[in-house]
Amino acid sequence: MAMAAEAPKDSFRLSMLIFDTRYRSYTIQAVVLGLFVLAIIWLGYNVDRNLDARGKELSFAFLWQRAGYDIPQTLIPYTNDNVHFRALLVGLTNTLAVAICGCILATILGVFIGVLRLSKNWLVSRLMTVYVEVFRNVPLLLWVLLSYVILTETMPQPRDFRVTDEMLAAGEAPAASMTLFDTVAITNRGTNVPAPLLERGLGTIDLGFMSVNLTFLAIVLVIAGSVLAHRFIRAQATAIQEATGVRPVTWWKSLLVLFAPIIALLAALGLHWEVPELKGFNFQGGILVAHAFTALLLALSLYTAAFIAEIVRGGIQAINRGQSEAAFALGLRPSRTMSLVILPQALRVIIPPLISQFLNLTKNTSLGVAISYSDLSGTLGGITRNQTGREIECVFLMMAIYLSISLTISMVMNWYNRSVQLKAR
Amino acid sequence: MAQGFTRTEMLPAMPPPVSESGTLKWLRENLFSGWLNSTLTAAATLFIAFVAWNSFPWFWHSVWNAGSLNECRQIVTASAGEGATGACWAFLRPWWGAFIFGHQYPVDERWRPVLAFGLLFAALAPVLFAGQKRNLTIILAVVAAFLVLTLYLASAPSLAFALAILGVLALLALAQVQPGKLLWFTLAFPALCFWLLWGGSIWTPIVAVAGFGVLYLVFRLASPVIGLAPAAGAGFVAAVLWWMFVDAPVADALQSAIPIQLLWIASDKFGGFLLSIVIGVTGITFSLPLGILLALGRQSDMPIVKMLCVIFIETIRGVPLITLLFVAAFVLGFFLPPQANFDLLLRVLILVTFFAAAYLAEVLRGALAALPRGQYEAADALGLDYWRAQRLVILPQALKISIPGIVSTFIGLFKDTTLVVIVALYEPLKGITHLVRQDINWKGIYWEPYIFVGAIFFIFCFSMSRYSKYLEDKLKTDHR
Repeated sequence: MAMAAEAPKDSFRLSMLIFDTRYRSYTIQAVVLGLFVLAIIWLGYNVDRNLDARGKELSFAFLWQRAGYDIPQTLIPYTNDNVHFRALLVGLTNTLAVAICGCILATILGVFIGVLRLSKNWLVSRLMTVYVEVFRNVPLLLWVLLSYVILTETMPQPRDFRVTDEMLAAGEAPAASMTLFDTVAITNRGTNVPAPLLERGLGTIDLGFMSVNLTFLAIVLVIAGSVLAHRFIRAQATAIQEATGVRPVTWWKSLLVLFAPIIALLAALGLHWEVPELKGFNFQGGILVAHAFTALLLALSLYTAAFIAEIVRGGIQAINRGQSEAAFALGLRPSRTMSLVILPQALRVIIPPLISQFLNLTKNTSLGVAISYSDLSGTLGGITRNQTGREIECVFLMMAIYLSISLTISMVMNWYNRSVQLKAR
Repeated sequence: MAQGFTRTEMLPAMPPPVSESGTLKWLRENLFSGWLNSTLTAAATLFIAFVAWNSFPWFWHSVWNAGSLNECRQIVTASAGEGATGACWAFLRPWWGAFIFGHQYPVDERWRPVLAFGLLFAALAPVLFAGQKRNLTIILAVVAAFLVLTLYLASAPSLAFALAILGVLALLALAQVQPGKLLWFTLAFPALCFWLLWGGSIWTPIVAVAGFGVLYLVFRLASPVIGLAPAAGAGFVAAVLWWMFVDAPVADALQSAIPIQLLWIASDKFGGFLLSIVIGVTGITFSLPLGILLALGRQSDMPIVKMLCVIFIETIRGVPLITLLFVAAFVLGFFLPPQANFDLLLRVLILVTFFAAAYLAEVLRGALAALPRGQYEAADALGLDYWRAQRLVILPQALKISIPGIVSTFIGLFKDTTLVVIVALYEPLKGITHLVRQDINWKGIYWEPYIFVGAIFFIFCFSMSRYSKYLEDKLKTDHR
């Protein structure tokens, strides 16, 4: 067989860079790259001139200056004497807290609604359709603002909870009372929930660069140990099943291994709950959850749940009817058909769009800035930017952090996605 | 042996059992087919009854005419008794104009956004219903009727009124003769819309559009001499030169020769749904070509182009829109020459366009990947060059299957326009509602304004999603 002749090298002419498709792509790329570099230089030159005109220069040193502002809700210790970097971390933890709680809540709610929407019950499926359409077609900001306004304006003031002697004598009830067996008080200032307290904490040790909370470490270690032990029990049961054909009963062992150690640890540490109490003009004790957090969480979960419900419904409907018919023909009960045949296949359809919903939810936590929730865009992009006047640094740092959160989530979820996808053989 | 009795005629069919026919059957199958189903039905009924019980009296006692929230409450108490609740929609009387046009938009000029809104549909019609004479006629007739009514209500000057109606009637006539030519109006609409909304001299948009004419002219004249791609580049350079050096003097000269102008309205006077629609429509219009280019760049086999597109798309998709609005408000100014004077709305529009373009590029990428490989190969086999193959074979199919995605991107963008409140623009949801809630007469009102704004957003978004469903069904050419 004759070999294809090599392209003649000696006959290269300059005009081939434009007219020959073999070389044209190099020309185009060189031009694009050149334009891109020129644009970058032009933008950089403008930034330089603008900064000069305002007597500024780019520097991230402001991150180590005293912040000097208070943050209402912090998950890590923070006072206004801390540096701006610490405020950034507080904002980041607040963002992540809403994002994680929101993803969990929205998934539970969304799966529930998506399944109910497929129900044969006409009334229920219509009701869920209305839910999905209403929440999807109205801006998220409305749900955020509405939940915040309802929480701050319709909830009773702390003084409405007071029971005075005259009221006791007259047998009157106070204007408002605590919910959930007198443990949670929702006032117009926030939600007071009980706080877990330990009588005998293990304290912290200082490693020089950071301090480690030993109690936290112990709890994490015990839970990790329990999970490992549980896995071991299941692996052993599988081994026995493969050898003998009979799977030993393990559920009580698993329960014991999973829950007994942590309960024992908490009892040893002396866990008790500090219930909020009305003292003076306000509730004392417990944890005060800011309404901004509650409202944002509520709105994000309800809104995203509508989208997740659609994804779940689509995923289940995407499975061929023949699959469930085949499962019935094999004599599987409806519940086992769902768990062994439909769901494993539906999951493959559901997970990729679900990932993008999680990403959307995480990005949408930035709407908290509309109700002054101290998330990343409230601290770094809001007060820190305002106080230091470092717009470029703050905004780009904020974008970089959001971008890395997004990329991390999509990386983790894509890894999970690959593990459930069909392995093509 | 007795003779057996044999029936000679058929008996009439028995009616089905009561439980197997009619309403009862439907009820039994759809609501009470098992204990779980019955429980669900009961729970849903209870829930609906609870909601209706609590909200119906509130809607029923609605007050439409009052001067303040307190007056509203007094009217409700007087008519429905002590302790009754009632919605108070009376705030809409002083505030509806602010909700629609923004509280700073000059009242005398409100006919301009109204006219632009009506013409928007006239401009969209040739795209949405290409070549369908009947639908085009219906839409244009509806636009004409809408404009007659609303321009009268907005008390437009009689000259503008007459010109607008004549213009729409001319379009209507054109639709009967040559419906294809209507696309020219669509192309001219952005400039017209700009002039109507912002005002100023009419020559500014005309001379700016003439830049595109220069581009085309240079391209046509140069392409036989130096080839397509260099000619396009030369045309682009010529247009940029036109905009940089020729544009402003020519516009000024024409304006002083033939002065035609509308009152100039600065961007910071825009607000309410006008602002949402301007941002949404501009964003989607300009992001569509940009998104197509980005998607093609991402599919391209040139590594540098591909990498730049991927970085752009993934960066924009990885950050929240709010951070991009922060960029528009606080950072973009640093990247422009010190003498450049971009106002806030323009900067927001640029960033919103980038945002929508990145999402559209992702939608289109999915569509391009979904096309069978054979389509690309067939286009190559026919000897089409890259742009012809894209324009004639690939993009028509890719755009068709990505319509649901494009529409849902647009719905998302339209909902996200409410976020511009973060950079202190008066969008309806927080901007204007906040003003209402700060008004001394309406302090303490919250359900009603949110329901009002939410309902309008719902109507827009819901009808768009229905339209996309209709289009999807109509364009479906495979027979499944």
